[in-house]
Amino acid sequence: MLEIRDLHASIGDTEILKGISLQVNAGEVHAIMGPNGSGKSTLANVIAGRPDYRITSGEVIYDGQNVANMSPEERALAGIFLAMQYPVELPGVRTWQFLKAAVDAIRRHKGESQLSVRQFDRLLDEKREIVQIYPDLIRRSVNEGYSGGEKKRNEVLQLALLDPKLAFLDETDSGLDIDALRIVSEGVNAFRSPEKAIVVVTHYQRILNYITPDYVHVLVDGRIVRSGGKELALELEERGYDWIIKEATPVAD
Amino acid sequence: MTQASTANQRYERQFSDFVGGNSTPDWLNTLRRKGMEGFARQGFPTARRGNEAWKYTNVAPIADASFDHGAGATSGLALDALKQVAPWDDAWTTLVFLNGRYSAQLSSPSTGGPSQAGNLAALVRSNGTSVQARLGSLVDIGEDGFAALNTAFTDDGAFVHVPDGVSLEAPVHLLFVSTEGDRPFVTYPRVLVVAGKKSRATIIESYVDIGQAEYFTDSVAEIVVEEEAEVEHYRLLNESDSAFHVGVARIEQKDGSSFSSRAFYNSVALGRHDLGLTINGSECYSDLSGLYVTSGAQHVDNFVNIDHTKPFSTSRLYYKGILSGRSRAVFGGTVYVREGAIKTDALQSDKNLLLSPDAEIDTKPALFIWADDVKCGHGATAGSVNADALFYMRSRGVDLETASKLIIFGFATEIIDTVRVPGLKDFLEKTVLESLPAHRFEF
Repeated sequence: MLEIRDLHASIGDTEILKGISLQVNAGEVHAIMGPNGSGKSTLANVIAGRPDYRITSGEVIYDGQNVANMSPEERALAGIFLAMQYPVELPGVRTWQFLKAAVDAIRRHKGESQLSVRQFDRLLDEKREIVQIYPDLIRRSVNEGYSGGEKKRNEVLQLALLDPKLAFLDETDSGLDIDALRIVSEGVNAFRSPEKAIVVVTHYQRILNYITPDYVHVLVDGRIVRSGGKELALELEERGYDWIIKEATPVAD
Repeated sequence: MTQASTANQRYERQFSDFVGGNSTPDWLNTLRRKGMEGFARQGFPTARRGNEAWKYTNVAPIADASFDHGAGATSGLALDALKQVAPWDDAWTTLVFLNGRYSAQLSSPSTGGPSQAGNLAALVRSNGTSVQARLGSLVDIGEDGFAALNTAFTDDGAFVHVPDGVSLEAPVHLLFVSTEGDRPFVTYPRVLVVAGKKSRATIIESYVDIGQAEYFTDSVAEIVVEEEAEVEHYRLLNESDSAFHVGVARIEQKDGSSFSSRAFYNSVALGRHDLGLTINGSECYSDLSGLYVTSGAQHVDNFVNIDHTKPFSTSRLYYKGILSGRSRAVFGGTVYVREGAIKTDALQSDKNLLLSPDAEIDTKPALFIWADDVKCGHGATAGSVNADALFYMRSRGVDLETASKLIIFGFATEIIDTVRVPGLKDFLEKTVLESLPAHRFEF
């Protein structure tokens, strides 16, 4: 589904990703872990098409297409989703209105008919239940005055509504208490299926107790320095990142 | 002969034609003469050195043009046509003024009940003393040429009186509509609202246009909010694209009263509103906000002054602007906290969305504080849209045009949402949405 080949990417003049290769197939859950500043979020944002995040060399192939020349909305319509680390507040834009606009756009792209207000409300009610978002939140401006946990649950609500094929969760666990973490994880697990792929970007192993990964990759200084199964995450939890950084350094360049 | 004195002479000539030979009480003619004298002495303001109030707004186009008094049509407007362009609800008390003249045919004044809402010119005769006591009591014709000129020509207008303890169920809509005239014309709408102690009223003052004529509206509103009264005031400008509009409003609040003002600017060539609120009581609440949407070569100036003279009052001043084309907006918001007005809580803010490199906002919030122990804050922003907001929406499949539209409308919604009259809110949502520029943010 996703093939990343020797990807180099920069923000402004600073190179952040220094040669990443990774293959993600349908049905798989990958976790990308690493210390702060290692490039985890950059990788997720480059794939979603955040402006100013520039691919300098290498390729990102999604469903056989090179995403480099696709706009963020084209990538979203093609099935790429990014649950953001810092969901943006949209003052005055109602959550309902925003979600409807997004669902309309995706359905239009799939050649499906536009949902009536009533049909949309029914779909929304069903998905809201999963992440326990209450109707009054939907009537408010997007993410404005939401608690940290509500913002993250709203991201997972969007994941459920838009039903993409490839979902990146960028630090979706940060700032969540144990209950919110469980709710968010249940939302993600409900999405999990043989047709979908999930990439969990996280600093901590904690969320992986709920969303079990098939593969774990450790990113240090813009490179994947180690890949393994879910046991790698546990090892990192126990030993921290220092040992892996030390082991990685000599092999760099 | 200077241009200015030519203009002044034109208005003086029109005044002598107007003031002679009508059955007006002496006191009103005396007030009018004072108005004319005030105008003759001051003329139109100029942005001369030190005149901060007019620093960014040049009214030469008004002074140089030739507007005739009473040249607008006074009949020929169908109610259905009016309902197309104005907020309307049959349940409201509506007074319609057609090119400055009260239209009994189009109006539905309040009948029965203790409160009054009717044509000032008629009520001056039947209720002379209550009008006489208040008319011109808040506006200072010695400090403002426009207010002086309006006072000189004060005739038809609205007088709303809500007696002590009375709550008006229905909003009172003062609807000033401009249609067409043989020549460019000038009108002088005058509004006087007296809300008695513990009374409640909602006043909608709207200026709408049918016919895209060239005219000049010179309006004055005085609103008295007595002890513990609650007044909501809405002001809507949907003037012609070649219209000039200068409005002066003076409001006085007494102890424990609450006053809210919502001003909406959709269309006008050059518009200025000078809103002066004197909080002459303690434990008052005042909440003034506005939304201006400017495009083309429009110029809109909001000059708002809030004067806290007594302790324990709270005021909120919040305006927003959406500017495109070569339009220009001015926001001058000043809060004064006088000596002894302790525990004043005042916040003011002006936020602008600039959609074109040629649009300009001159925003100047200011605070003058002479009292101790107060809580005051102010701020202003001018900018384009947050790139993160656009990326967020696009990453959900929403195209750039739709995302831009949602963001611009969202910016306006914050003010529209505070409108508490459903029929008016619907009208604003529709008209503001239509007037928002089609814009695609660069990415």
